[in-house]
Amino acid sequence: MTEDLKNIKSVLATDCGSTTTKAILIEKRDDEYRLIVRGEAPTTVEAPVEDVTRGALNAIREVEELSGRTLLDGEKIITPQEGDRGSDLFLSTSSAGGGLQMMVTGVVKSMTAESAERAALGAGAIVMDVLASNDGRLPHQRIERIRHLRPDMILLSGGIDGGTISHVVELAELIEAANPQPRLGIGYQLPVIYAGNKEAAQNIEKILQDKTSLDVVDNLRPVLERENLGPAREKIHDLFMEHVMAQAPGYNKLMSWTDVPIMPTPGAVGSIIQTIAAVEKIQVVGVDIGGATTDIFSVFQNKFNRTVSANLGMSYSVSNVLAEAGMDNVMRWVPFEMGEADLRDRIGNKMIRPTTVPQTLEELMIEQAIAREALRLAFIQHKSFAVGLKGVQQDRNISDTFDQTASGQTLVNMMTLDMLVGSGGVLSHAPRRQQAAFMLIDSFLPEGITQLAVDSIFMMPQLGVLSTVHKQAATEVFTNDCLIRLGTCIAPVGAGKSNKPCMKISIKVPGGESVEREVMPGDLFVIPAPHGEPIPIWVEPARGFDMGAGKGKKVETQVHGGVVGIVVDARGRRPFELPVDRAERVKKLREWNKIMDAYPE
Amino acid sequence: MAHAYTPGLRVAERTLLRKERRLPLPGTVMVKEGDQVNADQVVAKTDLPGNVQPINVANLLSIEPVDIKEFMLKEEGDAIEKDEPLARSAGFFGMFKNTYKSSVSGTVESISDVTGQVLIREAPIPVEVQAYIDGVVTEVFSNEGVAVETTASFIQGIFGLGGEAYGELAMACSGPDEILTEAGIDEGCRGKVLVGGSLIELTALRKAVKLGAKGVVVGGFNNQDVKEILGYDLGVAITGAEDMGTTLMITEGFGKIGMAERTFQLLKNLEGKRASINGATQIRAGVIRPEVVIPLQKAVDKKEVQEKRAASEGLVIGSQVRLIRQPYFGMMAEVTGLPAPLQELPTEGKVRVLEVKLESGDKVIMPRANVELIER
Repeated sequence: MTEDLKNIKSVLATDCGSTTTKAILIEKRDDEYRLIVRGEAPTTVEAPVEDVTRGALNAIREVEELSGRTLLDGEKIITPQEGDRGSDLFLSTSSAGGGLQMMVTGVVKSMTAESAERAALGAGAIVMDVLASNDGRLPHQRIERIRHLRPDMILLSGGIDGGTISHVVELAELIEAANPQPRLGIGYQLPVIYAGNKEAAQNIEKILQDKTSLDVVDNLRPVLERENLGPAREKIHDLFMEHVMAQAPGYNKLMSWTDVPIMPTPGAVGSIIQTIAAVEKIQVVGVDIGGATTDIFSVFQNKFNRTVSANLGMSYSVSNVLAEAGMDNVMRWVPFEMGEADLRDRIGNKMIRPTTVPQTLEELMIEQAIAREALRLAFIQHKSFAVGLKGVQQDRNISDTFDQTASGQTLVNMMTLDMLVGSGGVLSHAPRRQQAAFMLIDSFLPEGITQLAVDSIFMMPQLGVLSTVHKQAATEVFTNDCLIRLGTCIAPVGAGKSNKPCMKISIKVPGGESVEREVMPGDLFVIPAPHGEPIPIWVEPARGFDMGAGKGKKVETQVHGGVVGIVVDARGRRPFELPVDRAERVKKLREWNKIMDAYPE
Repeated sequence: MAHAYTPGLRVAERTLLRKERRLPLPGTVMVKEGDQVNADQVVAKTDLPGNVQPINVANLLSIEPVDIKEFMLKEEGDAIEKDEPLARSAGFFGMFKNTYKSSVSGTVESISDVTGQVLIREAPIPVEVQAYIDGVVTEVFSNEGVAVETTASFIQGIFGLGGEAYGELAMACSGPDEILTEAGIDEGCRGKVLVGGSLIELTALRKAVKLGAKGVVVGGFNNQDVKEILGYDLGVAITGAEDMGTTLMITEGFGKIGMAERTFQLLKNLEGKRASINGATQIRAGVIRPEVVIPLQKAVDKKEVQEKRAASEGLVIGSQVRLIRQPYFGMMAEVTGLPAPLQELPTEGKVRVLEVKLESGDKVIMPRANVELIER
């Protein structure tokens, strides 16, 4: 640490995302820490500059230009502050490494190899190839495959407990012979997770210990009829978050510049979300949607859960959102007529040139359509991870190997959720806050009464790492400059007749509008209500509809306004459905966008 | 003013390239330092033991395993061809002899008088690594492979499908905006690396594959057709192992987009020369882009090439850029201004911008993130 904490006058922090590197400058002014300026630049992981520090320097130079303050001496960050040059602290987070692409191995293609594939998919990885002793390939072909694909991680499985050792050892020998060089270069050992026959574990350690970063977990198929995917799945997830996603060319150089260790972005954002839940004593869901990954955090019943959907994102992973969601699901959010081939080309072009930003309104709408699906899919994955009991084994018949269901009951309860917080480029940089609110509502489908908030300029990661060294500075900036209260979403859950009201609502905004009306199924409207005093609200759902107190039961409480206001959304929950007919759907989307004042006319 | 960096694909008329070529398993290096090699020349090879085929001769001839050696026509270590007699039973009073002909070629590895089984080891399986580019061997990695260097024209693409291939460069379109249709592909494309214009239609690509073209370099390709060819939606861009028969490299992006004039002209000037093409693409940190390498005759000074490249880094006024997002997607332009303040776009978003002069002479404002530097 370059300075005593009390004397810290300024903090420079960067977040190296897979696509964009963001830099913020915080200064102590009038005894309070405030955000001064923010800069950003494309993350530099491709020729001609394969070095993340270059993108970090570019983002810092932008901060210099916008603030008029010198922070760099050539290519050196000036710390501590000297007069009005430099900053006292330099911190960074990173998720520059992007998504997770794995190879999995097993002895029998249709048995252990398939279980291993399911464990990897369940952890959100892309499975690049499945190697099995009986896959019909020759050893050199398997070795070439490992070398060519440069996986981020290998899951080595095979053999039931007490079963074959020799076949599993052979697979380990193949990995050893391939001597896989991870895509992120020298000084970084490839993570290999062994989740096979426990009796072979010692042999595996002997072979792979020195050449790879080996972790041994419980066998994912201890007996033929039973799968135990949990431990392997969780280990993949943890290793990815802690070790793979932060890595990128030039990472070690960046590390040598920072005053405290670089924190993986989801770790930093997670700590902020936990703080919100603890300070406000509420149940929270937070999301950070990036270029390669979408990270979701939740605190329910005081239990914190964090998932990183490794291949759902807005740039590197954007084609994977299309692949996983399907064309119809993406297209259903596009509020104008366009051909599928055109949409597919635009998505493909975003993937191959990930650092571009939408320049036209049409392009912005397309990105926000895709974001809705990325968020929706990531949330599904989060719900399956955030379960009450972990490590529950699941009995499987050989006949149902294709059918995967999650174990345990999810802790996520949308009706008891108090606040939904969004972060990440597509949400924080949405030109109108209404767009961010609408994306959050459409993809998470909050139920009952839910407060909405968004990270003002996408700085939660930096504040997360700052909170580990200077809680006061992080809290002050978070409260004053980071969290933008969008307002509250009010959404009844249930089914009823389309021509009969689903609820009655009464709101009295202090110094503003008073609304008392019946709400019809399908209605969507916004009541302007700035953030400030709590707003009394009274809602009486019709029979068959629930607002949190039970079907037909009245709710009287206080809600919070924000820059968007109170959004009453009676478009339906469980299920929420869009018109099937394309023209009708486009018309409806336009109507809703107008109500939300989401886009310029 | 901040130095603005932007990703850029290389289109180099003359550069020094080095490619490392390694075997997956230890083997023999076939060339030595200083050797001139051709792209398709094997520079290192190894043999994998052949497959073993077990044949239960005792059962096939209805004899006792213990007697097998009496009836064998080949001994351990003997070579045998497919359909050559391997064993013959004594028959009944010398009549009705039963002969077993080998189903594979190889060497008799063992004859078991316990099980009556004969193991035939098939011929070793050669594993070879080719030079990939015409050039000179500059380094030998003992038992593993070599480094080949060449002075070449080098063009990186934005996305590709299929692996390494070699062939003579042939123009299939007369201009960078022309669409390569089925009619533009004929028998003459066999063994060639074809250069198209703004798009290759799926039917044209299929015809090129059928007629044996080695590769296609083209400005654009419909993303929908990628799905058609692969049979699935490509989630993340990790390619190179597709077995299409013809390697595809697109230089600009998905859809119909005219190939950059400079790229097209460079390829046109090199028509008839041997080209190496590789479609392998990995778009993630540690990016791999597809490439075409056309080795040139004349060598250049290593230093000159490297310095020239270093100097080309960074976006400055006068830089040649490609515009990579709608509404100017695919156009070429020259940077005429790099204003520092954020500016508002039609989306209402505020970003850092630059001013560019389009080929039409019009000046427009673009987000800095939406241009790509043309590296020389």
